[in-house]
Amino acid sequence: MKQKKLMLGNEAVARGLYEVGCTVVSSYPGTPSTEITEYASKYDEIYCEWAPNEKVACETAIGASIGGARSFCAMKHVGLNVAADPLFTASYTGVNAGMVIGVADDPGMHSSQNEQDSRHYAIAAKVPMIEPADSAECRDFTKFSYELSEQFDTPVILRLCTRISHSQSVVPLQERAVVPLKDYKKDVSKYVMMPAMARGRHVVVEQRTQALKEFAETTALNRVEMGNTEIGIIASGSCYQYAREVMGENASYLKLGLLNPLPEKLIRDFASKVKKLYVIEELDDIIETHCRKIGVEVIGKALFPVIGEFSQRLVAEKLGLTPADTVSFPGSIPNRPPVMCAGCPHRGVFSVLSKLKLMVSGDIGCYTLGASAPLSAIDTTVCMGASISGLHGFNKARGNASAKNSVAVIGDSTFIHSGVTGLINIAYNQGISTVIILDNSITGMTGHQQNPTTGYTIKGDPTAAISLEKLCDAVGIHRVRVVDPYNMKQVEEAVKEEIAVDEPSVIIARRPCALLKYVKHKKPFTIDTDKCRGCKACLKIGCPGISIQNGKAAVDPTLCVGCGLCQDMCRFDAICSQGEEK
Amino acid sequence: MKTFNIMIVGVGGQGTLLASRLLGNVLLEEGYDVKVSEVHGMSQRGGSVVTYVGYGDDVCSPVIELGEADIILAFEELEAARWLPYLRKGGKLIVNSQQIAPMPVITGAAFYPADILTQIRDLGIDMVATDALSLAQEAGSSKATNVVLIGVLSNLMEFDEEVWLKAIDQCVPPKFVEMNRKAFDLGRRTSC
Repeated sequence: MKQKKLMLGNEAVARGLYEVGCTVVSSYPGTPSTEITEYASKYDEIYCEWAPNEKVACETAIGASIGGARSFCAMKHVGLNVAADPLFTASYTGVNAGMVIGVADDPGMHSSQNEQDSRHYAIAAKVPMIEPADSAECRDFTKFSYELSEQFDTPVILRLCTRISHSQSVVPLQERAVVPLKDYKKDVSKYVMMPAMARGRHVVVEQRTQALKEFAETTALNRVEMGNTEIGIIASGSCYQYAREVMGENASYLKLGLLNPLPEKLIRDFASKVKKLYVIEELDDIIETHCRKIGVEVIGKALFPVIGEFSQRLVAEKLGLTPADTVSFPGSIPNRPPVMCAGCPHRGVFSVLSKLKLMVSGDIGCYTLGASAPLSAIDTTVCMGASISGLHGFNKARGNASAKNSVAVIGDSTFIHSGVTGLINIAYNQGISTVIILDNSITGMTGHQQNPTTGYTIKGDPTAAISLEKLCDAVGIHRVRVVDPYNMKQVEEAVKEEIAVDEPSVIIARRPCALLKYVKHKKPFTIDTDKCRGCKACLKIGCPGISIQNGKAAVDPTLCVGCGLCQDMCRFDAICSQGEEK
Repeated sequence: MKTFNIMIVGVGGQGTLLASRLLGNVLLEEGYDVKVSEVHGMSQRGGSVVTYVGYGDDVCSPVIELGEADIILAFEELEAARWLPYLRKGGKLIVNSQQIAPMPVITGAAFYPADILTQIRDLGIDMVATDALSLAQEAGSSKATNVVLIGVLSNLMEFDEEVWLKAIDQCVPPKFVEMNRKAFDLGRRTSC
C-alpha cells in the first residue's frame, strides 16, 4: 500500500489505532482531542463509544485491556484530571493487551479553561509518555505505544497538543495488523489492588521505571540530528518543528519522542557535543528541570515563557534572530470574540437571566459564551459539573436567601458527565438551589457528538436515551419542568417561580442546537425601516445576525434563522417574519 | 523549494476549514509536502478564525507567522485588516468584500472601520477584492462563498483546473458538487 493521505494529527492517531489492531475505543469529547474517536469510529474493525466522562472511558479501556484487547481512550488535558483516579492505579495493575491514553494539551487555551501540562501526570503516575511532532509520527507513535505498553506491562500516555492534533500533514498509509484477543487469566495479585497486592505491584512499578530509563537511552523515539554545533536544542512535538523552521541546519537537535522517562546519558552526550544548549518546551520546565537534576546546564525558562503557545517567531526572537518585517492596518481593529450562533437556543435563557440580574453559576460548553457582552450573564466557570456543586456551596455559605437570586446553568452532556452528582448532593443535603439544564440535544462545543441523552450512539445507531426529567426526579428533585428557550416569557416565569420556592428545582430548557442538520429554520427576518426607531433594544439579545446600519436595525440574511428572539425585544413591531422553512 | 505560505482568514462559520481542506488536497496531489493548521472548538463560534497552509519540499512549522504569508485569502474585510501584518513584503491579499459586524461593534463598544479596502490599498499592498458572496449566490448558495474564493486563489497557482475540480469532488458531499464546481468556476473567472 503506497497511498498517501493528508491527515489531521487526530485522524492519524485513529489510523494508527486501526493499523495496530486496536479494537476498543472509549472517550469523552474535548477539544483538541475529539476527532481521534470520531475518525476511529469510521473503522468497522474498531468498537467505539462516547462514554459519559473520561473516568468511565479510561476504566472501559482498562477493562478491555485486561480482557485481552488492545484498547484506547482519548481526552483533552483537563479530562485527564477526571481520569486520573483509574490512571494512577492502572499503572500498578499494568495491562494484558496494550492500553494507550491519548491526551491533548491546549497551550494558548484556544478552547480550554486552563493551560495545565499533562507531562506532570506521566511522572506522577509513573507511566511512559510519548509525543509525536506531525501526523506521520502520530500514526507511527500510536502504533509504537502498543509495543511499549505490552513490552513493559504498562498503560502508555500519547501526548498531543492543539498544533499537532489540528494540523494536517502527509501520512503514508500502511496495512492493518490483525491482533488476536489475548487470553484472560484471573490474577488477583496483578489486578486486585487491595493493600497486600498493591504493595507488591508498587515494587514492580519501580522496577519497570528503571527498565524504562534504560530504554529511554536507546529508543528510536529520541533522535539526535547533528548540524552546526554552536547551538544545541532539546525539544519535542511542535516546539521541535518551530526550532527546525528557524534554525534548519544551523543548529543540532535532540528531538525527544519519549517524554517520560527522560534519558540521562543521551542528554549528557548531546550536551557535550554542542557549545550552547537550549531547552525549548511549551508550558512547564520539565525537560529543563531534568537536565539540571542530572547536572547539565541549559537555557530554558530564563528565556522562553511558561505561559502560552510558542511559534517560530517567538523562537527566532528569543534566539536573537531578526524576525520578518510587517505592515499593519493603520486604524484600530475591533476584536471578534466567539459568540453564540444566530438561533442558538441558549441565548433566550441568558437574556432572561441577565434581565433578572441573578448570580449564575456556569459550566463548560458553548453556553460559557453567555458570560460575554452584551448578555454578561455568568458569574463563575470552573470545570465540568461545577455549576451545580458550586452553586450548592455558594447557597450553603450565604444561606437559603441567596438561593432566591441564583441559578446554575449546565448543558445536557455536561450534566451527564459530572453534573448529576452535584444534583444528588443538593437533594441529599437539603439544598434549595435552582438548576437550569440547557438541553440542546447534543454535545455542542466540540462539534456535535451524541451523548446518553440523545438516543443515538457514536455510530448513529438508535439506543436508550436517558430521560432528564426522570433522572432528576429519581435523585430526589421533585420540581422539574420543561420550557422552550425560544419563549422568553415562559422561561422568565419558570425561573421566577423556581427560585422563589423553598425546595430544589430543575428547569430543563429544551430545544436542539440550531446547527443540527435536522432542525428546520424559518426564513431570515426583515426590518420594516418605517417602523424601526433605531432604539437598539434588539441588540441587547447579542445576536451576530442583527446590527444597526445607517441608524436602523439590519438583519444579516446569511446568518438569521428566524428564531424570533429579536422580535420579542422590539416594541415597535419593526422586525418581520417571512414565514417557514428556508 | 522554499516553503510557500498561504493563510485563510475569516469568521467562524464561513467555511474556511473546507477551503483549506480543498487546498491541501490539491497540494498533496501535486506532490508537495503540506501542512495545514486549523483551530477547532470555541473560536469556531463566530470568532476570528485562521488556517495556515504551508507547502514545499519539507515543511516544518504548522503555523505561519507575522510577515511570512505569501498569500492571504480573507473571507471578510475586517479580518483582512486584522491579519494583514502576517503578509510578507510583496505578498498578495485576496479579499472577499463582505462585512460582518463583530459583537463589540453590534453592542456599540467599538466601530467597524470605514474604507478598509482603500486604506489597505493605500499601504501599497497588492490586493484583489471580489464580491464572492454574490458569486456564491449566483452559483446557488451563499454557503459556497468559500469555494468561490478558492477559485479566485487558483488563478495565482500554476495547477491544472482538473486538479482543483477533483479536490472539490473529494471534499464536498455529492449533492453539492455541481453547485460548488460552478462556484469555483465563477471565482476562477475573476481576474487577479
